[in-house]
Amino acid sequence: MTSYAADWVQIHKIILRPDERPKTLPAETRAVPLEMRVKGWQVTESAEIGDQVRVRTVLGREQTGELIAENPEYGHDFGRAIPELLAAGDELVAMMRDMPKED
Amino acid sequence: MTKTDYASVMARKGEIMLSSLGIDYAPFMAHPVTFDYEALMGLVPYDIDEVRQVQARAGVGSTALIELRQITRLARSLSSKGKGARIFVKDEAANPSGSYKARRAALSLHHAEQAGFKGVVTATSGNYGAAVASQAARRNLDCVVVQEVFDSHGIGQPEILEKGRACEIYGAEVMQLSVGPELFYSFLRVLEETGYFNASLYTPFAIAGVEPLGFEIVEQMQTATGAAPDVVICTHAGGGNLTGTARGLRKAGADRTQIIGASVNLTGLHMASDTDFNRKHFTTGHTGFGIPFAGWPDRTDVPRNAARVLRYMDRYLLLKQGEVFYMTEVLARLEGLERGPAGNVSLAAAFALSQEMDADQTIVVQETEYAGAGKQPSAQLSFARSRGIEILRGDSEAEIPGQTVIIPDGPGRIQVRDLDMTKLRRGLVKKAAAMVEDNARDDALVQFLADETQMSPTEITGLL
Ligand SMILES: Cc1ncc(COP(=O)(O)O)c(C=O)c1O
Repeated sequence: MTSYAADWVQIHKIILRPDERPKTLPAETRAVPLEMRVKGWQVTESAEIGDQVRVRTVLGREQTGELIAENPEYGHDFGRAIPELLAAGDELVAMMRDMPKED
Repeated sequence: MTKTDYASVMARKGEIMLSSLGIDYAPFMAHPVTFDYEALMGLVPYDIDEVRQVQARAGVGSTALIELRQITRLARSLSSKGKGARIFVKDEAANPSGSYKARRAALSLHHAEQAGFKGVVTATSGNYGAAVASQAARRNLDCVVVQEVFDSHGIGQPEILEKGRACEIYGAEVMQLSVGPELFYSFLRVLEETGYFNASLYTPFAIAGVEPLGFEIVEQMQTATGAAPDVVICTHAGGGNLTGTARGLRKAGADRTQIIGASVNLTGLHMASDTDFNRKHFTTGHTGFGIPFAGWPDRTDVPRNAARVLRYMDRYLLLKQGEVFYMTEVLARLEGLERGPAGNVSLAAAFALSQEMDADQTIVVQETEYAGAGKQPSAQLSFARSRGIEILRGDSEAEIPGQTVIIPDGPGRIQVRDLDMTKLRRGLVKKAAAMVEDNARDDALVQFLADETQMSPTEITGLL
């Protein structure tokens, strides 16, 4: 997919390579780079996913990185009902119904 | 040209912090351990009434205090006769950005504005980012949020994604980072590049901003019950929530109110681990922050942390994740309140503690938090389940963080679990002692550590 100047896109860059990360980190964290993602208005004329592009963030700061998405979805949602919690709720409501009201 | 590699930037940490805070910490740094804490707090040039005015202008504070009558009834049904303290909650979700963090941001950004900064930067797990972004929007200040969001596969849990989205909606530039404490390095670089204000959570302004919360609790409880509360429970992570609330309670004259911290117990999960990152089902208010920050506050983005919980905390209660999810359900089903995760940690603690207290006593849970997509148990636990975490009913005591979440099989399972405060206090004293030469352990040090830990000077001398 091609994205163009003035599209709202997300870029990715490596902030620290594994060998640049502090030795005190847990091994699994030090095995991978420190990465950053940021969104902005594309400045580069046109680009494909994976290309290096320039963007202007919402504050107007310029950043360069690998184009990873055009207007990415937030993606998070409400999930599904948790039957274990639903059941707990039902039990509680029943319990309260059976409980004598206080004065 | 200024070098921007990791070591060079970290070496400039001191100067960067100084120029980005608009606060002169030098008088508080003369000694490796001791400093005048009240003088540090005194850098805020407003009394509590003025703080409240600043916040009122920013749409912050004066939230409702709601009595949780059904939850109290449920607690009493499990208590012996004459027990079951009344439980109240302060509905902090009603603040502009949906949490009490708006209070901290409002005063910090007022200070930034007064000091002439054009923008602000904050490093945060989320709610504070949204609070800073929201307050920045109201003041036409630029806002950059540096947030730890993803693991190395680019996956973030719903609650964190929601907090990041909230920052964006208020117009912040959100730098989303993968797991690692070097977030601080990125944060320092942004401060250097922009010359913006470091809207740290730990300045005197950020803490003084919470004081009205404690103050309002006393006023509202006086109206509701005729007295200050017997207990206030604060969900604890970095310590500003408890510290500021406790100071506000004291300023309102509530000298006998017991102040209790509560955190979700995530023992066994490493905070800097790429693989543990998405195995925690709470993103704040947990022991991963709570224990280290209580035991040694000076581990932040300011030279001296104004959030110092051991000065105020009387007890520290630990909850299981399953207990807090259960209480979130209780709050929705019995009180008709859907609220986000953090406040429900204190609520679970309050529910268990109420059963040990007399029925004519009172407990205030000092916050709620907004509940948007991603923040519900349905979101967090669906995510957990899809990643192989087992969700069961039973005794939460058996829960293993990172492997299981055990939803209590009845309300009687929710427990009061005290963390050993003596151990925490002694740990702080030992660490301080290691930073001072043997022959420099004078009365001033003893008094400072006594104030820091609420221990007696005699006990401190014994430990030294
Ligand atoms: C809604 C909410 N409550 C409580 C806390 C804990 O506050 P503190 O870190 O000051 O202890 C946080 C912090 O992240 C929070 O966002």
